[in-house]
Amino acid sequence: MSSREQILPLLRENARYSTEDLARQTGLDESEVEATIQELERDGVVKGYRAIVDRDKVEPERVRASVELNVTLDRETGYDDIAERLAKFPEVQGLRLVSGDFDFAMDVEGDSMSEVSHFISEKVAPVPEITQTVTHYIMETYKEGGVEFGDGDDDDRLSISP
Amino acid sequence: MSFEESERLESVPPSGIRRYFELAEEYDDIISLGVGEPDFAPPWAARDAAIGSLERGQTSYTPNRGLRELREEIAAHTSEKYDLDYDPDEEILVTAGASEALDLAFRAFHDPGDKVAVSQPSYLSYVPGATLAGADVIDVPTRPEDDFKLTPEVLEAAGAAEADTLVMCYPNNPTGATMTREELAPVAEFVREHDLRVFADEIYAALSYEHEHTSIATLPGMRERTVVFNGFSKAYAMTGLRLGYALAPPEAIEAMNRIHQYTMLSAPTTAQHAAIEALRNCESDVAEMRAQYDRRRNFVLSRFEEMGLDCFPASGAFYVFPECPWEDSDAFAEALIEEQGVAVVPGDVFGTGGDGHLRVTYATGLGDLKEALARIEEFID
Repeated sequence: MSSREQILPLLRENARYSTEDLARQTGLDESEVEATIQELERDGVVKGYRAIVDRDKVEPERVRASVELNVTLDRETGYDDIAERLAKFPEVQGLRLVSGDFDFAMDVEGDSMSEVSHFISEKVAPVPEITQTVTHYIMETYKEGGVEFGDGDDDDRLSISP
Repeated sequence: MSFEESERLESVPPSGIRRYFELAEEYDDIISLGVGEPDFAPPWAARDAAIGSLERGQTSYTPNRGLRELREEIAAHTSEKYDLDYDPDEEILVTAGASEALDLAFRAFHDPGDKVAVSQPSYLSYVPGATLAGADVIDVPTRPEDDFKLTPEVLEAAGAAEADTLVMCYPNNPTGATMTREELAPVAEFVREHDLRVFADEIYAALSYEHEHTSIATLPGMRERTVVFNGFSKAYAMTGLRLGYALAPPEAIEAMNRIHQYTMLSAPTTAQHAAIEALRNCESDVAEMRAQYDRRRNFVLSRFEEMGLDCFPASGAFYVFPECPWEDSDAFAEALIEEQGVAVVPGDVFGTGGDGHLRVTYATGLGDLKEALARIEEFID
């Protein structure tokens, strides 16, 4: 297994593992670990690191919505053009072209419901190629980035067993 | 009338692990590296299948030997993974854990006075299992200088040539030792030469990190004299669901099933449904758990090396077996619980050959593992 293949799953599991911890778990040298991480960053494989936050536990709570967008394309405009335009807005946290009943799935975030609604009606809906928007406000998050929210399970194993 | 113990039972001492369990239970906030089971939950797909079977009311007895569907999956799985080809109708018995299968085998093939050689240190049930079946046990202590692998020399020295049965377990609990095909070959030769049968406990087969697991039953002339034990507890983290199986020639399975049909009837039905799903669709979960164990193994071995604790590079199961820095490993384990709140198990609990060592489990999340190792380091200093 290459050092990349060893390091990447560990960073995805916990990006805050120290270089030392990564080295111990993989059997690589610390310098090798450092070099591999730098390489992953330089090559754009790792785009960044951020925390998975249970927003319900943070004040003030931000409002998030998942928005379905339908578009019509013409000779001059492709999906990439529309995506690029939308992705520039800081309110847009995620944007994916998807298969199925609509074209884009977009994650939007704002300080209030009215701010998010305003953004959709003023900035998104007027884009000429966008024919329809359906906005779903997020009411509760149960799992994000592969991490289940909630209290977690206690270790109920016997403390010593054969 | 009284409840005086039978002579057979009297010769079985209480489990040596009990003491440490009771000691550890006295303290809150203990980090235990003394457990013999995975810290993961079973793959969700398997749990979901179990729930589904309950919803459908599939809670009746199954055939004695286990659901045909499950035996077919076991046959396909062991053939693909370990080159073990067994007929689902005649050569596979599904049991309530591999432990039940071992007990059946001890009772099915031994008369009073028969001799059972037990490779040690070993899982705690082998010696009592053989004793309760009326057999006499020959201890075969493996050696630290062999990294606790079984060799013809230690078999010879222990008098195992006289035995009827040899019990062995690789990947090993408690040492984490594994054996390659090349290392198994001379053991198989000894076994054939002295006409022993083999009970091969391969419950940790899926957790071999340095090389593919080889079953001793796949060596020449071994299939007809071996019972292979495996199950779902370790690979699929299904310990409490109690499901294992034995692979053996038809006459052996027939004999073991004669006891099983009277004492157990059939293995837990819900667990059998979970197991079918586990074998069909949970290979990636097993691979992920294996990868995590392997990383923790590297972590522990690297920390032990750093703190100067001698430890051979264990390559299987989820145990490492360092030398105890004190002469008295019982005293060390007790003091470690009392002073640092970290539980490990002294090696002598697992039989001759284990003394002077500690069994340290890495089936624990990295955070706790790290903290426990820091405490051990402080304790040694």
